[in-house]
Amino acid sequence: MASKSWLNFLTFLCGSGDTQPNLHHNDPHARHLDDNEPSHLKEQVNFNADSNENMDIAENLYQKVKILCWVMTSSQNLEKKAKHVKATWAQYCNKVLFMSSEENQDFPTMGLKTKEGREQLYWKTIKTFQYVHDHYLEDADWFLKADDDTYVIVDNLRRLLSRYNPEQPIYFGRRSKPYVKQSYMNGGAGYVLSKEALRRFIDAFKTEKCTHSSSIEDLALGRCMEIINVEVRDSRDTTGKETFHPFVPEHHLIKGYLPKTFWYWNYNYYPPVEGPGCCSDIAVSFHYVNPTMYELEYLIYHLRPYDILKEINQANKNEDTKVKLGNP
Amino acid sequence: MLSESSSFLKGVMLGSIFYALITTLGHIRIGHRNRTHHHEHHHLQAPNKEDISKISAAERMELSKSFRVYCIVLVKPKDVSLWAAVKETWTKHCDKAEFFSSENVKVFESINVDTDDMWLMMRKAYKYAFDKYKEQYNWFFLARPSTFAVIENLKYFLLKKDPSQPFYLGHTVKSGDLEYVSVDGGIVLSIESMKRLNSLLSVPEKCPEQGGMIWKISEDKQLAVCLKYAGVFAENAEDADRKDVFNTKSVGLFIKEAMSNHPNQVVEGCCSNMAVTFNGLTPNQMHVMMYGVYRLRAFGHVFNDALVFLPPNGSDND
Repeated sequence: MASKSWLNFLTFLCGSGDTQPNLHHNDPHARHLDDNEPSHLKEQVNFNADSNENMDIAENLYQKVKILCWVMTSSQNLEKKAKHVKATWAQYCNKVLFMSSEENQDFPTMGLKTKEGREQLYWKTIKTFQYVHDHYLEDADWFLKADDDTYVIVDNLRRLLSRYNPEQPIYFGRRSKPYVKQSYMNGGAGYVLSKEALRRFIDAFKTEKCTHSSSIEDLALGRCMEIINVEVRDSRDTTGKETFHPFVPEHHLIKGYLPKTFWYWNYNYYPPVEGPGCCSDIAVSFHYVNPTMYELEYLIYHLRPYDILKEINQANKNEDTKVKLGNP
Repeated sequence: MLSESSSFLKGVMLGSIFYALITTLGHIRIGHRNRTHHHEHHHLQAPNKEDISKISAAERMELSKSFRVYCIVLVKPKDVSLWAAVKETWTKHCDKAEFFSSENVKVFESINVDTDDMWLMMRKAYKYAFDKYKEQYNWFFLARPSTFAVIENLKYFLLKKDPSQPFYLGHTVKSGDLEYVSVDGGIVLSIESMKRLNSLLSVPEKCPEQGGMIWKISEDKQLAVCLKYAGVFAENAEDADRKDVFNTKSVGLFIKEAMSNHPNQVVEGCCSNMAVTFNGLTPNQMHVMMYGVYRLRAFGHVFNDALVFLPPNGSDND
């Protein structure tokens, strides 16, 4: 289903109440990151802000649904991968942290003082959440973990989370099975903890309810979540389509792309769908996205089908909510 | 001394004769024939916001109803997977789309033009389309099966262009004196251009079936030569930022180039927001484009100029 703009408008009318003043310094499209960023770069980015874009709804959500994003990376991936995350979707987060085993002041990345490698993934995760809890707990409502080859459409995540209370112990992502009864979340597709879930996670390590039980980060975290009574929630959209994706769009959209013997088919909690029904229009994430980060950015935020009847649509919206155009 | 200079002169004479021979036989002749003053690129711009707002709603309604785009896709049996992808994706947005094939293919309906020479295929397709549909369509868009098109953006681009004028537009290339629209980016002809083209198709001196005796000329160049005789000239379609709207490369290739040429402005420097075509896509990439252009969006990012439309019943990919 298309409707790139009127569905949003309708939901906006039904959903968010008070309107916020146009706070341009919080405008995600203005792409403000740290204050350390040289000013000429800021201007470069602002110049490209699309004057045809109405950002009121997005700005509103940016204030209401605060997301801290942390990206799992390593020093050898800074130029190859993390850089592209920083240049694209990371800028839509309320706060973003790049986590590596070593500190890098230029990028910048935090140093977790672990080793690198797959065995360290859960350690890095635990230490990062500890750090985030200690320094940024009050700065956000939701805490997203992503890889440096995950592409996240942060505003779609905001929309998903806007219906939930961050004081509830809940978490979201691509639900996977087996191993954990309530399911766990696929790590590469990204997952999100509520503020309460984060509190409980940190507390669990203090009280040893959870330990570094395995190096398989997403599974181990999922097990811990179950122990501490953090509940999974269904992140699919209102038509039942998945929003977090463990692969790039192509792998999901093309029937037969992923061979039936592939692990994926048995690990999906909900019945996996291939073809156009695979993926929500307001998808939240894709994984193994490199270098297509920029392609996705272009397709989502720039290229669009222009409408020669725009004003007529606006007029019709008031009379009849179903506008029929295009070709039958 | 004398014998040396005489053999030199003989050499010069021979060389000049040879040169004259080659140029008269070669296609360079065709370019020089047209004593045109068109040495510059011709640019054609998309309508801008002010232009659009000046058109009354009623007039726009009329215009949108009168916009009828007929799509021609030239295919060969080897293109069958691209053909399938194109059929399932963007051609659904044409008012009518027909596939012209070099030979009959069992799996798909097509109009058999019975030749695999690209220029002959093109000629036959244009003639067929004109003869059959001249009353029903006012814009004719020709593409290869490796091209993905956003027909809404094509219509938007053409909003203020009068089809009774001889328009011939797309991504232009200059070859010597000849400026032609590259078939890779898609070729757009107004009904007036189609009329003029079709009257010339039967004139072999102007529009030969086999142009150039020594080397074969690509079909898009031949078309340009033919149209030039009819006073129809190629124009490069651009948006308000002078970015090409018809592209002979894929988004992926643009991004790759941008990553090396301007790594700090990869997406901004890439491509037009109202791009009509990209070329060089695989069948899978066509499906990804459909999802990316028509479905995938960022909640709360409302483009004031973008299309609001409901997909037809039974369609799950647009």
